[in-house]
Amino acid sequence: MKCFSRYLPYLFRPPSTILSSTCHTEADIISTVEFNSSGELLATGDKGGRVVVFQREQESKSQPQRRGEYNVYSTFQSHEPEFDYLKSLEIEEKINKIKWLPQQNAAYFLLSTNDKTVKLWKISERDKRPEGYNLKDEDGRIRDPSTITSLRVPVLQPMDLMVEATARRVFSNAHTYHINSISVNSDLQTFISTDDLRVNLWNLEITDRSFNIVDIKPANMEELTEVITSAEFHPQQCHTFAYSSSKGSIRLCDMRQAALCDKHCKYFEEPEDPSTRSFFSEIISSISDVKFSHNGRYLMTRDYLTVKVWDLQMENKPLETYQVHDYLRGKLCSLYENDCIFDKFECVWNGSDSVIMTGSYNNFFRMFDRNTKRDVTLEASRENSKPRAILKPRKVCVGGKRRKDEISVDSLDFSKKILHTTWHPHENIIAVAATNNLYIFQDKVN
Amino acid sequence: MSATTAMEVNVEARRILAVSISKLYASRTQRGGLRLHRSLLLSLVMRSARDIYHSSRESEGPSGAQPATEEPMDTSSNPGEQTRLSEPQQEPQPALNSAEMAPEEPDNTEDCCDGEITEDKENLSPTRQSRKRRGKASAAPDFLPSKRARLEPGEERYAAPLGSCRVGAGESLTTLSLNRVIPAF
Repeated sequence: MKCFSRYLPYLFRPPSTILSSTCHTEADIISTVEFNSSGELLATGDKGGRVVVFQREQESKSQPQRRGEYNVYSTFQSHEPEFDYLKSLEIEEKINKIKWLPQQNAAYFLLSTNDKTVKLWKISERDKRPEGYNLKDEDGRIRDPSTITSLRVPVLQPMDLMVEATARRVFSNAHTYHINSISVNSDLQTFISTDDLRVNLWNLEITDRSFNIVDIKPANMEELTEVITSAEFHPQQCHTFAYSSSKGSIRLCDMRQAALCDKHCKYFEEPEDPSTRSFFSEIISSISDVKFSHNGRYLMTRDYLTVKVWDLQMENKPLETYQVHDYLRGKLCSLYENDCIFDKFECVWNGSDSVIMTGSYNNFFRMFDRNTKRDVTLEASRENSKPRAILKPRKVCVGGKRRKDEISVDSLDFSKKILHTTWHPHENIIAVAATNNLYIFQDKVN
Repeated sequence: MSATTAMEVNVEARRILAVSISKLYASRTQRGGLRLHRSLLLSLVMRSARDIYHSSRESEGPSGAQPATEEPMDTSSNPGEQTRLSEPQQEPQPALNSAEMAPEEPDNTEDCCDGEITEDKENLSPTRQSRKRRGKASAAPDFLPSKRARLEPGEERYAAPLGSCRVGAGESLTTLSLNRVIPAF
């Protein structure tokens, strides 16, 4: 377990958060986190519609201990609350997902989405400005032409670094239901946006049109039995994507087969174990997240109690199943009453696809090493997060004698949940969102 | 299944139904509008609870068909019910009963929920006795189809087979399609 046995915690907070850790505004709750494809940038979205981008500090020989720290790079308001006058419904500004585009020039591009609208943002640096105009002076005031006696060529002068974010595209009016995911295609020209019943394909350059490629809306809404919960493009095959459902199944679709991909080419589902049937069986089997592995050979899904790894070649059962917090199985009724059973946890692969990670309650998050079959529970908390400290593995006591360092199931704080996590694409650096706080952990550098 | 276990399951199912209905009701007012996924999951739980409730009632046997714990209805007996059979929704309705729709609710015609499965607001409180007898005049407006099957004279609600018609006051967990929970977007 070398890769995650020791972690150096950093504690970050979105810069606009003023309040202490015990009280915060709802707008500060982080709703998504995502590293870009190089790992240099880390974006967070929150319920208030803001995006905060962190950038990793460059290595510096003079300050070697500061290597790898992430500092705020840019903050901008991505989405505003809107009102749908036709349906008399408010549209939340909460950022549901952020996806980066791979870097192709000096600027950075990301897609951010709320329930209804996807936006393409360009984040660029400005460190020079032109000075020495003829027709206006340095303050921008227009000069009286009669006072101009000579011509000069404006020159670019260095200035303090300014990072600007501009909305380059707005993809709107394509979703009747709430968008739950977006995914950029490996062709870097298209992306999909997914709501409860439909998947739409967009071209990044074209905002007034999208193609509907999956539509599971029944003719009679009363016959609705399942919804789409997440969708993602295959990391290498630009014609393949997968979407998960509330019934616990995953469908793999090939866009070359037909314009409308209602017919899946693969269908992944594990038969339900009748012995575990309860009132809440359907809820806990609903998949909250689906992620392709980096190598494109596996799929990972997260439902309420487990994480499963599927081999794309085997549809009838998962390759591996990991219990995230099985001790909650007996508490489903209370979790239903306090709404926690509806929590949508995400899951994430490490760069080499050997370790998977997902969140839990009490600010715990879990990692599973697929090779050694070992797992660890860690906690993202202020108390345990002194810089340079090593995270101590945590354990939940499921009954019987509770050891000194263990925590009993009944003492878990269900209001502290880790729904969103992300893993650096190449290194052992993870970002974990705990309500309004962002924790960045990395493996000790030797 | 023993009578006590059936009773426990019964109570549990009813409690879950009550919780589900209040969640459904609360979700109507939350920001961002009704969430289809959440509504679907709630309706699935309600259906499970309903099915288990029915099966546990059947296993109790016909003699146990009138649980004394049925509140707020006191001792309404079948014969008493029969006089009201032709009137829609006149029985006292504990919170559970709000699984029955309330077509007379003014927000029926809203796009969400059609008022179908939403609770009868006046009867949400389990302790409240519905003293209201809704006459035909205040019954469902004409443009909405009648949700209750008209029973033949002499036909008893309790004996009505599952899924066919609205069951009586004691059997307040309606066989009405719970799919109607899904708002008609």
